[in-house]
Amino acid sequence: MNNAIEILANSDPLKFAEVTTKTQLSVERFLHQQAEFLDEKRWDQWLSLFSTDGYYWMPAEENQTEGEGVPNIFWENLDMMKMRIRRNEHPQAHSQAPNNRLCHVVSNIIIENQDAKGNIIVRSRFHCAEYFRYEVRNFTGKYRHYLERTSSGYRIKLQRTDLVNREGPFDYVLQWWL
Amino acid sequence: MNWTNDKIAALVEPDRAHRKAYVDEDLFDLEMERIFERLWVYIGHESQVKNPGDYYLARVGRQPMIMTRDHNGEIHVLYNKCPHRGAQLCTARKGNAGRRIRCSYHAWFFNLDGRLDKIPASEGYDGTELKMNGPEFQVQKAPRVDSYRGFWFASLAENGPSLLGHLGNSTVAFDQLIDRAPGKETEVVGDCFRMVQQSNWKIFLENQLDASHPGATHESTGIAAMSVEKDMRNVGEEPPMAYGFLSDFARIGIDGWGKFGTVAHPQGHCSLEGYMGIRPDDPDTNEYVKLMYDAYGEKKAEEILGVNLHHVLVYPCLSVQPPLQQLRAIRPLSPNRTLTEIWHFRLKDAPEAIYQRALGYYYLVNSPSTMVNADDLFNWWKVQHGLESQGGDWVSFHRNAGFDVIEGDIRKSTPGSMSELPLRHMMQVWKNYMTSNSERT
Repeated sequence: MNNAIEILANSDPLKFAEVTTKTQLSVERFLHQQAEFLDEKRWDQWLSLFSTDGYYWMPAEENQTEGEGVPNIFWENLDMMKMRIRRNEHPQAHSQAPNNRLCHVVSNIIIENQDAKGNIIVRSRFHCAEYFRYEVRNFTGKYRHYLERTSSGYRIKLQRTDLVNREGPFDYVLQWWL
Repeated sequence: MNWTNDKIAALVEPDRAHRKAYVDEDLFDLEMERIFERLWVYIGHESQVKNPGDYYLARVGRQPMIMTRDHNGEIHVLYNKCPHRGAQLCTARKGNAGRRIRCSYHAWFFNLDGRLDKIPASEGYDGTELKMNGPEFQVQKAPRVDSYRGFWFASLAENGPSLLGHLGNSTVAFDQLIDRAPGKETEVVGDCFRMVQQSNWKIFLENQLDASHPGATHESTGIAAMSVEKDMRNVGEEPPMAYGFLSDFARIGIDGWGKFGTVAHPQGHCSLEGYMGIRPDDPDTNEYVKLMYDAYGEKKAEEILGVNLHHVLVYPCLSVQPPLQQLRAIRPLSPNRTLTEIWHFRLKDAPEAIYQRALGYYYLVNSPSTMVNADDLFNWWKVQHGLESQGGDWVSFHRNAGFDVIEGDIRKSTPGSMSELPLRHMMQVWKNYMTSNSERT
């Protein structure tokens, strides 16, 4: 795991950074695009948003500051994400056919910190409706992204997703990231 | 429907069961009365209530209960109900009540053992039938509470077999959860994962020891895991050992699971000989084995590690996987809804890597994002729907029926088979419990 966990843990989750409008807009577009790739199941593009050592993380408990070595709802690097994509798209994945549909709204986007290299901590809120097996489930929560600035745009070092109902109980599992 | 014993008994034959056993609401009530509210049901592990004042909610059959630790360090199991007007006493799933439990409605105070301690403006009760020490004014206790090495159970029947008598040979599940720790102790990690199965509780128990389902049900997950393992090896990386828990589903195939035998015990408990319990030869395991030798001596350590056990079902409510330090408790909610609490444990003084391996299994197989249980949940949901409909009344358990190996009061599966012995056996036991209703003895 990269050091993004400590960087998020050490940043005040209520502060905001003074950034240019251009930076604000490009970070907003990044988050909106990520949600769109997920909703549209554009997996190559989804994966390309993560840095090679990036993680998607959904903690199981509120005050969790570690992902490694503790129970999580999601704790996935690129290998795990590829496994999930291949499995859910596999013709024998009987429980996932027909596949679900997701629809995200991402809002309240606040850039929390921008360091000297242009790396960003950004927090936001999301609402997501999932249509699956002729029913709609609703998920709501907050995101916190640590984005590395590279020559080809931002890459996710860590995305933390805190679900409001993280304790469950869950009626059926989550098969795609939110 | 008026379910007489004869009618209930007619639902279970040696090699098949009638669909009504899984869907009928009146039968469900009888199951709660005669099985879950009579037999010993798992409450929780002592480490869930470490400190005086701690409580944890539990459920026995239809009854909401609380496990508490009092200020003398004793553990109690109480009905979660104020003896005044009936309000639930604790609503958070866990917490610390402090010195006393306070009912939010009229501020009656109770000690952690359920004893009524104080009523505000109590002079209003002077000269009435309410006595501070009157039995009906105390928080009611589960009639029988007992523990096996830190694992707590309650029975809502005044009389019956002792906890040890009920657990019988299944105590090996708890022994293994503890003895595999070089520090000779175990404790729960974090909170449990909670999942609602949209299906009858018996379908879950049957699935756990159903050897012919894994290769079929979980094929896609096995194939995807194998392909990622292959990609990683192609670039010189070694995949995490936990990925093997998934790729096994493809590697072993649909008909390869017959090498794992099953055993059925008279109380209804069933076990599956291990495949994930087999000891790999890697540096982490070897370091762990050395710690076990240091703690127990070689002979005893080998005895503990030599127990080849993947899974123990403790009838009617537990599925324990000792080598993976995991326990699932089921709480039936209705004929077609079953709550599962999925716990995992840390072995004291075991190397971190050994914990991580078990955590990998917990994540991949039982977290709310699992790609394994996802397929099971869907199958069970479909089975429930099927059994609620007409077009055939019987559930088949014919695989290797009539060929069980009988050793005293224990039955073993036909060697090399994927026998449906545990499924047949549990329904026979179900019939016995369900029809022994004449007297609450």
